[in-house]
Amino acid sequence: MRLTRQDIEGVAHLSRLELSEEEMEKLTGHINRLLENFEELQELDTDDIEPTSHVIPVYNVFREDKSRPSLPPEEVVANGPQVDGACFVVPRVVET
Amino acid sequence: MNRDIYPLFPIPCSLTMIEYEPVIGMEVHVELQTESKMFCGCKVDFGGDPNTRCCPVCLGLPGSLPVVNGRAIEYMAKAAIALDCSITPQSIFHRKNYYYPDLPKNYQISQYDNPLGVDGYVEITVGGITKKIAVRRVHMEEDTGKLIHVEGNFSHVDYNRSGVPLMEIVTMNPPPPGYDQIQSADEAREYLQRLRQILLYLGVSDCKMEEGSMRCEPNISIRPKGQEKFGTKTEIKNLNSFRSVYLGVEYELKRQEKLLREGGTVVQETRRWDDSRGMTASMRTKEVEQEYRYFPEPDLVPMRFESDWIENLRSSLPELPMAKRDRFISQYGIAEVDAEVLVDSLDLANLFDNTAKHTKDPKAVANWITGEFLRLINATGTAISDTKLTSKHICGMIDIIENGTINRNIAKTVFEDMFNTGKQADQIVEEKGLKQVTDTGAIEAAVDKVIADCPNEVERFKAGEERLVGFFVGKVMKETQGKANPGVVNKLLKEKLG
Ligand SMILES: [Zn+2]
Repeated sequence: MRLTRQDIEGVAHLSRLELSEEEMEKLTGHINRLLENFEELQELDTDDIEPTSHVIPVYNVFREDKSRPSLPPEEVVANGPQVDGACFVVPRVVET
Repeated sequence: MNRDIYPLFPIPCSLTMIEYEPVIGMEVHVELQTESKMFCGCKVDFGGDPNTRCCPVCLGLPGSLPVVNGRAIEYMAKAAIALDCSITPQSIFHRKNYYYPDLPKNYQISQYDNPLGVDGYVEITVGGITKKIAVRRVHMEEDTGKLIHVEGNFSHVDYNRSGVPLMEIVTMNPPPPGYDQIQSADEAREYLQRLRQILLYLGVSDCKMEEGSMRCEPNISIRPKGQEKFGTKTEIKNLNSFRSVYLGVEYELKRQEKLLREGGTVVQETRRWDDSRGMTASMRTKEVEQEYRYFPEPDLVPMRFESDWIENLRSSLPELPMAKRDRFISQYGIAEVDAEVLVDSLDLANLFDNTAKHTKDPKAVANWITGEFLRLINATGTAISDTKLTSKHICGMIDIIENGTINRNIAKTVFEDMFNTGKQADQIVEEKGLKQVTDTGAIEAAVDKVIADCPNEVERFKAGEERLVGFFVGKVMKETQGKANPGVVNKLLKEKLG
């Protein structure tokens, strides 16, 4: 499988990345080489191996339903690029 | 040949009325009433100052790691079992990736191809017809933050809601054999109400539509009757009450039908319900095919559910509303309408059940609870769980009606007094001297007085105006402060006037 220039543009848009012409060319090459490496893995015979979503054999890690103190609001918004009181401020986005 | 009777050309097919049938899908989101959030220890609550219930996990700060709230999983499994879903033996979380400021991580932890519950149903009854509405999946996710639109081109973001356990319940269209799909606005509302009843009985959510702990986004299409292919669907947002769900769906069905009849086409889009104008309007969003790039959440390990655990949960489920309704009808012989009213709230159903099993007259209990009790609840704005009235009060009152201590009219006063003060019926009767007068002598004196006071009415009555008997009974009752035994009053009046 090869990703086309259009695929890369689509993924960049979904990730909200603005890429220059140069970066676009470079990344298209990178990502396709990466995919080639995976193709090598695909050659392995995995017919007898059960599919897994996770690599460690651990299940059911649950937490007790107990609340504990949260951060003070001023710390919550401390990293916000734009802040008003205890709120983050963002450009108005039309609801999708 | 008369042209008026025989048209020259047959009416073209396209002018005959095509009948359309609706297909309605429901996507319902319910916040679970746990103490802490889905993946962190921040408190679950409604309202409060912005960003006061946030931590690195629910803010999506780098390096933080989510841990699953065990009770949220238990609540959701309970709900799935109550909807007759199969519990998936192994279930995992996925990341749903999209950019929107209410989502601090830029992905929502959700479920994709391994939802916790699949293939269930919700039973509804509309117009005397019972249907099993097929449910495709019940899955677990986290709620998002809230955007508050302010002056200018900005929004404020409050992440208090971010990470609250959220359950999504989706119907299945077309339904499998033996099940149904929602086909009217009435059924859509009923589906939602039944679902809410069940979840309230389970105690897993408070299901408040006005506070957003229960939210519903129906998708609606219509198709010519008999056609198998679905029509183009629209989705409605901003439905904040059962009433607006009904009105929104009804509006959208009519709008689509008019559009098609006028030769137009339905555009696939999301429409916003405007409650004050009573209509839906396009949200004018580009309907690009959403691409969420789901992949398994690497920070959370898979969950496995043993059949023992599932069966334990199943046996811990309370009696569900529809089953309770049917039992009330068969066990107590009450009318279906009364049973429906009673099971609508678990507190009300329990009050009835606990009272009815201790009396010989469950129908009277049903009447008192669906009548006077609910009237007082509504008039005083009291929560049913906060009332001073218990089954013991109602039993005590019915006993003293049956043994003739008070009549039914006085009982209303006694009932209101019990409701307001929490005193027992016999105590109120004692304190207020409300005992029924059965003593013929006392009643006779009152009857004589009324006859003497109202010569005109007596004359009219004797002239054949028999409906005046009610007037005399009323007067005698007034004379005795409502305490006279109505049987004795009637008998004496008949003798004296007859
Ligand atoms: Zn948190």
